[in-house]
Amino acid sequence: MATELGPTPVKSPASGGTPVHHGPKGVGEDNKILSQGKWASWLLAPTVIALAMVIVYPIISAIVMSFQKDAGLDPVTGLFTAGGPAGVQNYVNWIAQQCAAPGGGTVACPPGTLGAQFWSATATTFLFTVITVTFETILGFWMAMIMARTFKGRSLVRAAVLVPWAIPTAVTAQLWLFIFAFEGIANNLFNASILWTGSEWPAKWAVIIADTWKTTPFMALLILAGLQMIPAEVYEAAKVDGATAWQRFRLITLPLVKPALMVAVLFRTLDALRMFDLPYILTGGANNTTTLSILVINQIRQGFNAAAALSTITFIIIFIVAFIFVRFLGANVVEQSGATGKGKK
Amino acid sequence: MKSPKFLLPAAAAGVLALTLSACGGGGGTTGGGGGGDAEQGLDGRGPITYVQGKDNSNVVRPLVEKWNAAHPNEKVTFKEQTDQADQQHDDLVQNYQAKNANYDVASVDVVWTAEFAAKGWLQPLKDKMAVDTAGMLAPTVEAGSYKGTLYAAPVSSDGGILYYRKDLVPTAPTTWAEMMEMCSIAKANNIGCYSGQYKQYEGLTVNASEAINSFGGSVLDKDGKPSLNTPEAKEGLENLVKAFADGNIPKEAITYQEEESRRAFQDGNLLFHRNWPYVYNLATTEGSSKVKDVLGMTALPGKDGPGASSLGGHSAAISVYSKNKATAHDFVKFLVEEEQQKFFATQGSLAPVLGDLYEDKELVAKLPYLPVLKTSIENAVPRPVTPFYPAVTQAIQENSYAALKGEKSVEQALSDMQKSIETAGAGS
Repeated sequence: MATELGPTPVKSPASGGTPVHHGPKGVGEDNKILSQGKWASWLLAPTVIALAMVIVYPIISAIVMSFQKDAGLDPVTGLFTAGGPAGVQNYVNWIAQQCAAPGGGTVACPPGTLGAQFWSATATTFLFTVITVTFETILGFWMAMIMARTFKGRSLVRAAVLVPWAIPTAVTAQLWLFIFAFEGIANNLFNASILWTGSEWPAKWAVIIADTWKTTPFMALLILAGLQMIPAEVYEAAKVDGATAWQRFRLITLPLVKPALMVAVLFRTLDALRMFDLPYILTGGANNTTTLSILVINQIRQGFNAAAALSTITFIIIFIVAFIFVRFLGANVVEQSGATGKGKK
Repeated sequence: MKSPKFLLPAAAAGVLALTLSACGGGGGTTGGGGGGDAEQGLDGRGPITYVQGKDNSNVVRPLVEKWNAAHPNEKVTFKEQTDQADQQHDDLVQNYQAKNANYDVASVDVVWTAEFAAKGWLQPLKDKMAVDTAGMLAPTVEAGSYKGTLYAAPVSSDGGILYYRKDLVPTAPTTWAEMMEMCSIAKANNIGCYSGQYKQYEGLTVNASEAINSFGGSVLDKDGKPSLNTPEAKEGLENLVKAFADGNIPKEAITYQEEESRRAFQDGNLLFHRNWPYVYNLATTEGSSKVKDVLGMTALPGKDGPGASSLGGHSAAISVYSKNKATAHDFVKFLVEEEQQKFFATQGSLAPVLGDLYEDKELVAKLPYLPVLKTSIENAVPRPVTPFYPAVTQAIQENSYAALKGEKSVEQALSDMQKSIETAGAGS
């Protein structure tokens, strides 16, 4: 990514700018390009170093840690002792749901340990992702269609739609916690007595509803941006040809908005896969609403190295999902214009 | 034209230099702390830092000012953390791990003491560093100790209190069975009978341990090994499960944290309510409170007498990386002196650790719950003292939650707890 992006902004002003000043001298031009290239790499260096410090170093450090054992307790002194190298044991433990056994070796993790939650947390994370992204896409599309029309107070609607997105997630979660309390608004409104955060499916729906409420505006705005790229003439031509509203939507809007839509879905999916605040505050991870991120945070308090292994696993899972999106589903985050051209050929 | 071009990289380099120097500063401190042997700092005197969570009721600042006025060469700087316990814990862990010499004295929650001590981060308070614990309530000292050595001096304490409706309950119950019998009163008045906190979070560990300890069981034995497969533990946890099953604890209590349960009690929807002392002030002063004039308080009910409350509170611990341990030691002793303890109680409503203060007339007049709280703390059992506390509390929460909801038998829940705690202790 960096190599492709890097040279482009640097070269174009150079080749475009040089003839004006140094047109007559061919040799000077070459030198200029060379020195500008050097100059550019100096300019880029701070960014590259900063990125290396804040992104590359922590990732590598986490991966190194994940191959270390967590500190064990010396039974005589009662003090922790360094764990030493663990090989891939941390990874095996998570995936096979194995925990350390009292006499040495491992046993299947009993309920009540974090190790016993790996696969259920993975399933929960994907369940939340699929359902919330589906809802958010459908509702977001609908909201975007409304916002794309010209009507009185359109800017007001656009601003109002943004409100849920602007509220910090932790605050949103606290609001919904009040709404879903036993004597809260949700139960009062429907005259029900559901224990929203106290049983499995209501708890899951509570998280899904809150997340949909919060992030649909984000989808709506991204899709709206895509909708506004479609020239009005296309619709006019279709109308002249006698296309119905449904045909116009299916044959013009959908294909033309697809690149923007796929990027929006990709962003939301990656975001949803690392969902943390909402379930953490709403349910504390009870009733099978523990996501992978919650599991990582809980594990950090019990042992850094096992937590590093789990976060690496999470990283790989998210990476695979992103890869599938970009490679097979045609979500193009980087070279939008180039790729659409290719797609049309 | 050229000057802005030069400015940009200069600015970028400047930002980078700042970032780097910030990192370098941290690194330097680490090196210095690591180099100083623990023994070396014992006589060190000089400025120190006191680290504690958010000082909501403005107790720490006046005390620090008072200390600083008397010790101009050994000034204390107060470093305030957030008001979230989890964040305070993680902040302390990060700084201890970095061997930060500036975290001289820290306020440590009773449940963290064992973990920090086992990591070797806390200066044992013995020999030269000893703190006099003679006048302190025994459970608070126990909670500050690990393997028989005091690592953190108790500063404030906390215990559970049973609140009840004086207008409906003729005499306060002393045992669990008595309280359950009185639930007929609640039924006659069409309100819920009893509630503590049963959402799956730290509060559930508090309530489940209380149920188990009150009937003679215990989560961990003296050696720190789990001891949950006992008839006593079973009887204790079964009491809660039964109360949920027959409706003596209303079903919505499974979603209650402290505040939800307090509101239910204050709105007049509960006959009995287990909570911390902070409820007293709110329930007697808040305008919306329906129990203002009929609020009764007593010790938690147990098997044949007062039950075993879980212990809350904070202790002051000295970091092994501190360079001025003599000053730190003096400051810790200052915090537990009677005068300061009194100030904690009057200004911050923090329960003192000195037994005598619970009979102090002036204090009792201000905080009428003190006598009840003393019984509560005297009978209290610290939550499991173990360096694996996060794993232990996870095991208790998840399994007792399943049992309360009827998804698991009590035996199964206790045996799963036992096994989970065993694997945590097995280390890796």
